[in-house]
Amino acid sequence: MGDQVLVEGLRVTARDDQGRSVTIVKDVSFSVPKGEVLALIGESGSGKTTIALALMGYARAGCRIAGGTIQVGETDVLSLDADQLTTYRGATVAYVAQSAAAAFNPSKTIMDQVVEPATIHGLLTRKAAEAKAVELFHALALPDPEHIGRRYPHQVSGGQLQRLMAAMALITDPALVILDEPTTALDVTTQIEALRAFKKVVRDRGATAVYVSHDLAVVAQMADRIIVLKNGEMREAGATEQVLHAPKDVYTQTLMAAARPQVRGVAAPEPGGVLPPLLEVRDLTAGYGRPGADGLPRIPVLRDVDLRIERGATLGVIGESGSGKSTLARVVAGLLPAARGSVLLNGQVLPPTLAARTRDQLRRIQIVFQNADTALNPGHSVERILGRPLELYHGLKGEARDRRVAELLDLIRLPAALAGRRAGELSGGQKQRINLARALAAEPDLILCDEVTSALDTVVAAAILDLMAELRRELGVSFMFISHDISTVRAICDDIAVLYAGRKVETGNRAAFQSPPFHPYTDLLIASVPEMRRGWLEETPAREARSPIASASNSDQICGFLDRCPLRVAGVCDVTAPPRVRLAQGAEVLCHRSEADLAAARLGRSAGTA
Amino acid sequence: MTEAVVPAAATPPAKPGVVVRAARFWRSLSLSGRVGLALVAFWVATAVVGPLLAPYEVGAIVAPDVFEGFSAAHPLGSDYLGRDVLSRVLSGARYTVGLALAAAVLASTTGTALALFAAVSGRWIDEALSRVMDAFISIPSKVLALVMVAAFGSSIPLLLVIAAVTYVPGAYRIARSMAVNLNEMDYVQAARARGEGRFYLARAEILPNMIHPMLADFGLRFVFVVLLLSGLSFLGLGVQPPNADLGSLVRENTSGLGDGALAVLAPALAIATLTIGVNLLIDALPGRARRIQGEA
Repeated sequence: MGDQVLVEGLRVTARDDQGRSVTIVKDVSFSVPKGEVLALIGESGSGKTTIALALMGYARAGCRIAGGTIQVGETDVLSLDADQLTTYRGATVAYVAQSAAAAFNPSKTIMDQVVEPATIHGLLTRKAAEAKAVELFHALALPDPEHIGRRYPHQVSGGQLQRLMAAMALITDPALVILDEPTTALDVTTQIEALRAFKKVVRDRGATAVYVSHDLAVVAQMADRIIVLKNGEMREAGATEQVLHAPKDVYTQTLMAAARPQVRGVAAPEPGGVLPPLLEVRDLTAGYGRPGADGLPRIPVLRDVDLRIERGATLGVIGESGSGKSTLARVVAGLLPAARGSVLLNGQVLPPTLAARTRDQLRRIQIVFQNADTALNPGHSVERILGRPLELYHGLKGEARDRRVAELLDLIRLPAALAGRRAGELSGGQKQRINLARALAAEPDLILCDEVTSALDTVVAAAILDLMAELRRELGVSFMFISHDISTVRAICDDIAVLYAGRKVETGNRAAFQSPPFHPYTDLLIASVPEMRRGWLEETPAREARSPIASASNSDQICGFLDRCPLRVAGVCDVTAPPRVRLAQGAEVLCHRSEADLAAARLGRSAGTA
Repeated sequence: MTEAVVPAAATPPAKPGVVVRAARFWRSLSLSGRVGLALVAFWVATAVVGPLLAPYEVGAIVAPDVFEGFSAAHPLGSDYLGRDVLSRVLSGARYTVGLALAAAVLASTTGTALALFAAVSGRWIDEALSRVMDAFISIPSKVLALVMVAAFGSSIPLLLVIAAVTYVPGAYRIARSMAVNLNEMDYVQAARARGEGRFYLARAEILPNMIHPMLADFGLRFVFVVLLLSGLSFLGLGVQPPNADLGSLVRENTSGLGDGALAVLAPALAIATLTIGVNLLIDALPGRARRIQGEA
């Protein structure tokens, strides 16, 4: 047996803008025994993907594998010529990329693409390959495995596509499978199913795998051994248990600390007795497309949502992609007029459109977009980005403006020297800070944060969360924190609202979200967040895909979660709309089930897994 | 650049600033950019002072023979009527550089401005403008030129307008597709949510991010305008004899090609160097932006 993969002294260099050679992977050595899964973890820029690509004998444009040896199975990868590499890739080593949606050709059927590696390398006949593909579809727990191959990539979900990509990789029984952040782009509820499928096929087939990720909790489920990377250097290597529970390196310890959401609570303000809440959303319905005869948009995204944010408080809004959480922020900011319902700021109704709002109303609500790369104009300098709202809202000019820009930079812990830099030259974390500072420049009452930490590395994200907590404490700003990550939301928000398919299914304060009973969807979200220990994946019961109820999707009156709900009651849930029920802990849920039922369901499951 | 030039003109002490900036600009260019800049500068200079340097009258028949070779008296030979080619090229450059450059600038700026207006103005204005532009595209340019010349008589301003009108829709189409995409970017949305006006959105947020592709488009369009103008001249609708732009100088001498006449060589080279120069310079500009960022 021995080692399936042996890497020694790997060095990769790249050229920077000035044409100087920079070493981006420094002297990395490791081995992976046959049938084991090795995880490469680190933040962006740590070289983990570069190493993964080097295993395929590939270096990105501008990069060069400058030294070392890579042995996969019997093959000395770096000595292969172009033709041999073509044979090697796909047959001996396979790659599962982060974005399956971008990796599939939208105009060919899934089966055509899944069998392709086997047929172009002449390993299997088309017929044998198709039979094997179906077998893999079964193993990966894909729905309708016999026929899913006939569909086109856009006809399956993102999580399914990711699993199909794994099938494509495994069809040649490669000596090595590289999984490069395969679940990072997925929702937690989808991620758990994908992880389970990956784990099963990797174990069943005895495949050797390299798993690249920045998420320690995910890695804990998949890997036998972990290598921690920083700036292209190996900081720590060891068995999963040891790295997770007794990390030796300081950097690993930092990484572990950042991954555990710390409670960054600020004493929640008492609801002001006389004063109206800062923001109140009443019966909000909004969506896209032309309004129909009933006055509702053709594609409704939010339905009858009620929310309130007290002065100085933070409201967390969670839900998976498509739940309408970003739309909510857009409606509140005025970018998308609501079809029905109203948004009140300080008790006054805000006009639905931007044009009708006064400059002062616009100033009071600022929105911070998810992706700082696109939220800052790449051609503008930091000074200009921060200076513009100062000019627009506060009429600051010249020296006064420059001084305030410097103050803002200080507030977000960035050096004042950065003012002259263009947005395109900053790092991801710096950009996100500037993004936040631009909102602060307006001196708003409320900042809408749309997934502000989702695109960031754990360590950087933790720093941004700290900064937000500090700003709350010092400036008394309120936040609406939109996220798909319930553990972060539970750690930093005073109140939490859970959206599912555009409806608010649960609201409550932080305490109410710490222990059951929960709405079944909240329960699912909480249970799907990977825990940082081995075995969690096995202990978490698989949620069998319940067959959707045909009549359910038609009516928008009944519960939207019906198809996925483990607690649904036939004859009730699929007939009448669920009532809003207040639970003892103060949470409010949209469900037919009684409090006792909800609590029991949760307890029953934990008992079953213990 | 303009920000620096304006104060420099007002206050003499600031003058070195322009020189320093020009020097920095020159240093920031790549080799091909420098070649382009030199070629463009040469032709602009020729357009300005060329007619003064011309040894003979533009329309004067001075050579003893037609299609003469190069000689001391006529360095670039003589044309199909026995006129001095050097003099004709020096005078013709003014029409090509002036007219074609002006028309291309007019077409690109108008197209870009309308596109920005359409992108930030909402659906109805966008639709209306786009359909009008589509209608313009459907009119064959030469026929349009014929009709306009027939109606108003040939003149330089009219040629300018014809060339501009012909190429505005193309520029508009390209600029609009970019502007509409940029309009959906988060930073434009952020500016909109801040309460910025349409003009600011177009000028400060969208335009700077589409200027380089539009400059590349401008380089291409400039070449088209040169071809259009010489086509018009060939039909007798363009620059009126005895004057001629570079394009018509090629056209009128093509009959001599079969006899190995050299008269066609100089104007053809002139067009080639001018268009290549413009495109080299424009291609070097995005690189320049990056390099200056690097210095900062």
